[in-house]
Amino acid sequence: MGTIEKSFDAGLHTEQLRGRTQQTFFSSTEEENFIYPYNGFEVDIDKKTEFDAQDLESSEINLKIRSLMKEGYGHIVVKNPRAKHSIGVGILNRLSLEFEGSLGYFGCGLVDGPNIHISGRVGWSFGENMMAGTIVVEKNAGSTFGAAIRGGDLVCKGDVGSRTGIDMKGGNIIVGGRTGTLSGFMMQRGRMIVLGDAGPNLGDSMYDGTIYIGGKIDSLGVDAVQSEITDLEIKWIERKLSLYGLEAPNGASKLQKIVAGKQLWNYDNLEPSEKKIVL
Amino acid sequence: MCGIAGIIHRGKPGNIGGEITSMLRSLKHRGPDSTGLAVYGIPDNNQCVMRFKVAEQEDVSKGFNIHQEIKDRRKVVNNRLKELGVKILSEDVATEYAFRYTLSYDGDMHHLADYIEDIEGTEIMSLGKALELIKDLGDADVVSDQYGIANFKGSHAIGHTRMATESDVDIRSAHPYWAYPFNDVAVVHNGQLTNYWNWRRNLEHRGHRFMSNCDSELIAVYLADKMDQKIELIDAMHDSLDELDGVFTYVVATSDKLGMAKDYMAAKPMVLHESDDFVALASEEVAIRSIFPHEIDTFDPYEGEVRVWEL
Repeated sequence: MGTIEKSFDAGLHTEQLRGRTQQTFFSSTEEENFIYPYNGFEVDIDKKTEFDAQDLESSEINLKIRSLMKEGYGHIVVKNPRAKHSIGVGILNRLSLEFEGSLGYFGCGLVDGPNIHISGRVGWSFGENMMAGTIVVEKNAGSTFGAAIRGGDLVCKGDVGSRTGIDMKGGNIIVGGRTGTLSGFMMQRGRMIVLGDAGPNLGDSMYDGTIYIGGKIDSLGVDAVQSEITDLEIKWIERKLSLYGLEAPNGASKLQKIVAGKQLWNYDNLEPSEKKIVL
Repeated sequence: MCGIAGIIHRGKPGNIGGEITSMLRSLKHRGPDSTGLAVYGIPDNNQCVMRFKVAEQEDVSKGFNIHQEIKDRRKVVNNRLKELGVKILSEDVATEYAFRYTLSYDGDMHHLADYIEDIEGTEIMSLGKALELIKDLGDADVVSDQYGIANFKGSHAIGHTRMATESDVDIRSAHPYWAYPFNDVAVVHNGQLTNYWNWRRNLEHRGHRFMSNCDSELIAVYLADKMDQKIELIDAMHDSLDELDGVFTYVVATSDKLGMAKDYMAAKPMVLHESDDFVALASEEVAIRSIFPHEIDTFDPYEGEVRVWEL
C-alpha cells in the first residue's frame, strides 16, 4: 500500500502517516523514540521528588521544576498548584510531571517531550503549541484546549470548552466528554477524538486533519463534511483510547468522522470570505 | 479584559463581603482600573438602603470649590428626600463623596431616583431592600477597606475588576450597574457590545436613563426594560443572547437570584463551582480557589448558556 493510500485508510485526508508526532505509543520509558534537539537535562525517570506550590508564584514554580530537572530528577510531583496560570510551560525535556490539583490559563504550553498528568481541571489555552509528549487531564478543561498543537497526545477525560484544537497542526486531542462551539476551527493537521457531543460550527474552515465525534453534532462549520471511517482508523482509535482508559460510548466504529471538504481554500478567483457565502 | 465574579449561599447567610473581596483580589490582573461589588444583605422590609455619590473621585482631587459643593449637594439630597416624605433612618459616610442612607419610604421609587439624580453630580449606585452597591477606583482591597465591606454578612454578591476599553476610568463607568429603576437588581459584564448605540437609542426612547457611556450599563437597563414588561429574568437573559451583539459574559443578581449568560461565540471566560448550598462563578478558577482551602470540581458553561440560581 502506498503512502497516500495508507494515509487515507488511516483517516488522514491527505496527511501522511509518518513522523514521531503520529506514533501510537509515546512514553517516557521508550528512550529509543526520543530525540531531543535541545541541550536538555540528563534526568533519571526513576528519581522522584515533590514540592508544594501553595505559596509560590507561577514563575517560581516553573523555575523550581527546571532546577529539579537540572539536579537529575525525572519524576516531579507538584502539590497544590491552586489553578495558577502559566505553570508547566516550556519543558523541552524527558520528564514525568504530576500536578495534584488544578491549573489556570496557559498551562503546559510549548512543551516538547514530557509526560504530564493533572488530577484536577485546567483553564483556557491549555497545552497550546505542544510539540510532543503526553498530557492527561483527569477533570474538565476550558476553551482553546490544545490550540495550535503540533504533536503528542493531549487528553482531557472530562468536558472541554469552545474552540478546542483551533489551528492544530498535528498530534492528537482526545476528549472524554463534550466540546463547545467552533472546535477544530482552521485545523490543519492531526486528529481530534471527542467521545461526547460537539457544539455548533464543528471543523469550520478546516484545511485538513480529521475529527471523530461520539455524540451529537450541533452543526458542521463551513467546508466541514462527513466521511466514512475505515477499519485502520477504528483499530488506531481503539488502541489510542485504551492507552488512557477511555472507550467510545458505542464503539469506535460508530464515531462520526469529519474532514475538510476542500472547497474553501483552493486557489481560484474567489476570496475565502466570498467562498463562505457560496458554500 | 475585566474580571467578573459571583457567589450565592443557598441556605444560611455567609461572609459574602470577605468572600467576594477575596475573589476580586485574585482577579486584579484582569482589570486594575476600578473595582465594584454588589452585596445582598439580610433584607428589612421596613426600610431600604440607598447608596449614592455626589461627585467623582477625580473631581475631589481637582476642583477648587468641590469640598463645599459636595456638602451643598448632600444638603439638597436630604432636602429633596424630606420633600418626598422619605424618613432618613441613618446616614453613613463611606468617603467624602459617597454615602449610605437607610430610608423608610413606600412611595414611587422611580420618581425618587429621578428626583435625586437630578441634583448635579449625583448618582444613585443602588436602591433596594437588600442590595448595596459599592464601586470606586482602585483594587479590591482598597475599595473593600474604604467602604468597610470585608465582614459584610448576606446571601449573595457579584463583583467586577475593570480594565477600561470602551469608556473612561471613573466611578460612573465602573461596574456593577444597578438596573434602574428596579430595586435590588445589579449586573457585571466582561466583553464588548457592538450594537450598543442602536439599543441605547431604543431604550432611551422607552424612557430609560443612562448615566455613563459604558456598554455594560446597557445590559442592566436592557434587563430592567424586560422586567418592566413582566418578562421573567431567565427569559430576559435568553432574549439578550439573540438581541445583543458582540462577545460577552455577564452576571446578574436580584434580591433572591443569581444568574449568568454567555454569548454564542463563547469568547469570554466563566468558570463555575456548584454545590447544593453554594455556587461560585468567576472569570478565572483562581478566584474560586481563593475561597476554598480544599479541592473542588469546576467547569465552564458553554456558548449560549444561561443559568439562574435561587436562594
